[in-house]
Amino acid sequence: MNSYEATAGRLDVMSPPSDRLKIDHTRHIKERLIEAILFLAAFVSVFTTTAIVYILIRESWVFFQHVPLVDFLFDTQWTPLFEDAHYGIMVLLSGTITSSMVAVLVAIPLGTVIAVYLSEFAPFSVREIAKPFLELLGGIPTIIYGYFALLFLTPLLQNVFPGLPGFNLLSAGIVMGIMIIPYVASLSEDAMRAVPMALREGSYATGATRLQTALRVVIPSAISGIASAYILGISRAVGETMILAVAGGMQPNLTFNPAEPGATITSFIVQVALGDLPHGSIGYQTIFAAGLTLMLLTLVFNLIGFYMRKKYREVY
Amino acid sequence: MNQQELQALRAMIATHKRWDYMFGVLGILALMLALMTFVALFADMAVNGLGRINVDFLTSFPSRRAANAGILSAWVGSVLVMLVTACAAVPLGVAAGVYLEEYAPKNWVTDIIEINVTNLAGVPSIIYGLLALGLFVYTFGLGQSILTAGLTLALLILPIVIVATREAIRAIPQIIREGAYACGATTWQVVSDHIVPYSSAGILTGVIIGMARAIGETAPIITVGALTFIAFLPTAPFAGDPPAGLFDWLFAPFTVMPIQMFNWTSRPEAAFLNNAAAAGLILVLMTLTMNGLAIWLRYRLRKNIKW
Amino acid sequence: MNPITEHNSRETLSPLKAEAKKLNFYYGNFQALKNINMPIYEKKVTSLIGPSGCGKSTYLRCFNRMHDLYPGNRYEGAIEFHPDRTDLLSKKVDPIEVRMRISMVFQKPNPFPKSIYENVAYGLRVRGESARSVIDDKVEAALRSAALWGEVKDRLKELGANLSGGQQQRLCIARALATDPELLLFDEPTSALDPIATASIEELITELKERVTILIVTHNMQQAARISDFTAYMYIGEMVEFGVTDQIFIKPKRKETEDYITGRFG
Repeated sequence: MNSYEATAGRLDVMSPPSDRLKIDHTRHIKERLIEAILFLAAFVSVFTTTAIVYILIRESWVFFQHVPLVDFLFDTQWTPLFEDAHYGIMVLLSGTITSSMVAVLVAIPLGTVIAVYLSEFAPFSVREIAKPFLELLGGIPTIIYGYFALLFLTPLLQNVFPGLPGFNLLSAGIVMGIMIIPYVASLSEDAMRAVPMALREGSYATGATRLQTALRVVIPSAISGIASAYILGISRAVGETMILAVAGGMQPNLTFNPAEPGATITSFIVQVALGDLPHGSIGYQTIFAAGLTLMLLTLVFNLIGFYMRKKYREVY
Repeated sequence: MNQQELQALRAMIATHKRWDYMFGVLGILALMLALMTFVALFADMAVNGLGRINVDFLTSFPSRRAANAGILSAWVGSVLVMLVTACAAVPLGVAAGVYLEEYAPKNWVTDIIEINVTNLAGVPSIIYGLLALGLFVYTFGLGQSILTAGLTLALLILPIVIVATREAIRAIPQIIREGAYACGATTWQVVSDHIVPYSSAGILTGVIIGMARAIGETAPIITVGALTFIAFLPTAPFAGDPPAGLFDWLFAPFTVMPIQMFNWTSRPEAAFLNNAAAAGLILVLMTLTMNGLAIWLRYRLRKNIKW
Repeated sequence: MNPITEHNSRETLSPLKAEAKKLNFYYGNFQALKNINMPIYEKKVTSLIGPSGCGKSTYLRCFNRMHDLYPGNRYEGAIEFHPDRTDLLSKKVDPIEVRMRISMVFQKPNPFPKSIYENVAYGLRVRGESARSVIDDKVEAALRSAALWGEVKDRLKELGANLSGGQQQRLCIARALATDPELLLFDEPTSALDPIATASIEELITELKERVTILIVTHNMQQAARISDFTAYMYIGEMVEFGVTDQIFIKPKRKETEDYITGRFG
């Protein structure tokens, strides 16, 4: 027996530790259990992503057993519910791209101007009012914007362009752009406000105006945040559904002319879901193939955003 | 610097300031355009829909005749779906946020969870609809029910709740945690006695914003297969014959406000468009109130917080 | 006692570059500077010393109207700028014009997230200069004056932030010099630097006074004694004593100055 054990033994005999200070094993187990439960809650996000990928691929797999990938990518017709069925995703992609382009052309210039104005020009009081207002604008349900595009903007545009059809991608795209402005403006503004005041002072100290400081110092410094705001905006436009389902018309139309009606990937899914399609039919599976395409598209934007953020790492 | 040089300098500054001024005007114009859109949208719906809003409109089922149609089944459906969404998203989101801030070790599993939360926030809502259709409706066999819709929207707003929870928790200074640990508290005691109570206002803000988003979501619910014409209400617990179970309403078919509005918007008759405007007005007021409440809460929080 | 006539008699060779007259400054309702009168002599180094919070940086930032950037700030009195006797604080004088004539170097190096070349060229570009050859020449001249040319001439395209702290501060000095300012303001330029970098900046300031008037805020009394021709001691927004540096450090007239200099302060 060595001395340590001897001492320990003697201590044990002389003064047993009080119950309060003993290691509480049940408490330890309870703590671990709680941690495990919380971990499972956090893991729901991983489960959701996995489930999305699994469901989209499982259903699309069946679809691609019937439709060759070449037809899906290169056919110029999209008539999945007709007798003579064609599955050319290009038709839906053209609608998505056209309407998103219109939205981006509205949202990026206006959103950037608003962001620069709020971050560099506006007095404190204007910013305090404008930011929550933009947030409210961003919180309006998209079905409301769809109604607005169809019943307010389209008639308005028809006064200017008499030939414009009642359903068109232009009106839907413009309203979609307005819907995205708050995201682009708010995120870009956050990025610009994160630029340290010391850099602005350095610029002002050389006699630069606010606009010169904004264009030459603040925007270049915040470029990564601004770029990811744009990417998020584009991604929103690509995934937007209800505005297009309401105001864009749902006829598949291979066109890049925004003055025409057209279906997008998203509005096609809504159109099919509104009807009664039996589970397992080819029509049912087309919406998963379309959804997979949409998912890949947004994935591409996320990757571009990630790459941009890495490339323009903040240097301050 | 002589007078001539000074004159040249002043002329140049005047040019620069003109550009500065012009941009200031441009900024105000851009903001005004956003404001005008908001006003036009609101006024347009008010003009067309305000005449339709009365007690009958709120207490009637949809009908073939526009003048008799109402939003009873739609708002009841929305309330029930929101109830399911809140019950699922709030505990899950808060638990996930607490885990990521207070428990998660720095390792690849945590990284994967964080990447997933970020990415899910960017997934189009209609993809959630497809997920729900494939998983809840057909794989789990929950049917095209209130439960399915509520769970779908819960997954959709989960990232919002998680991010809000994390931000609120991150605002709590480390000394508060250290103070509690120094008293001998376990991690769970620190979380339940300090972290969650102190961040509850911030969490609430996120939950309200998430719910406002969920109540206006249309696409995923359509994809799940909500019916657009529902002229009955889910049976209340213990009502009917034979008596319904406590949770039977979860499996009832349903419609929600935005879908009712969508349905009326797609009708050609002007009378139905007025109904759509009325439903839209109520919907937009609901979301504005919720978002406004959240913004006000956050403002109060920022003003009152003192550590 | 009028400090201006007093020092003019001693330093007859250097004319006035600027003169603060009854300068008061307010942050909202708080008066940060109280009735400051002080001359700045041309092509001399004038340093401002005093305990932190005494208003020396606030005073310095009046010269290029940096306070105009933030709401609620208010000046009273005047800073006359020679030879044209423009009142720098006048509402009629554009702060941008002031800043184009008076450059500033900050406490912490604040290079823009741009290349070394573009950092130095910034002031020229702000003035609308676009001729490549002109900018090239002025950038090189400014970098030479800032004793940085030898170290960076082969890496002008690299980011300014890649330089060491001392080099960054010299880059900021080059940026300030590129536009040929009439007055150069330094706000504790060495407080974020190590002793070796500090020595090189001090040496640089001594060289620069051949060409430009310098006003420097420093927290370091030895630094003021080493590099400046004139020194002003400030305390709680007031100018306690102004004089030739040797006189201030060897036989200050005021008891408060003496206490501060000898470390008996507080």
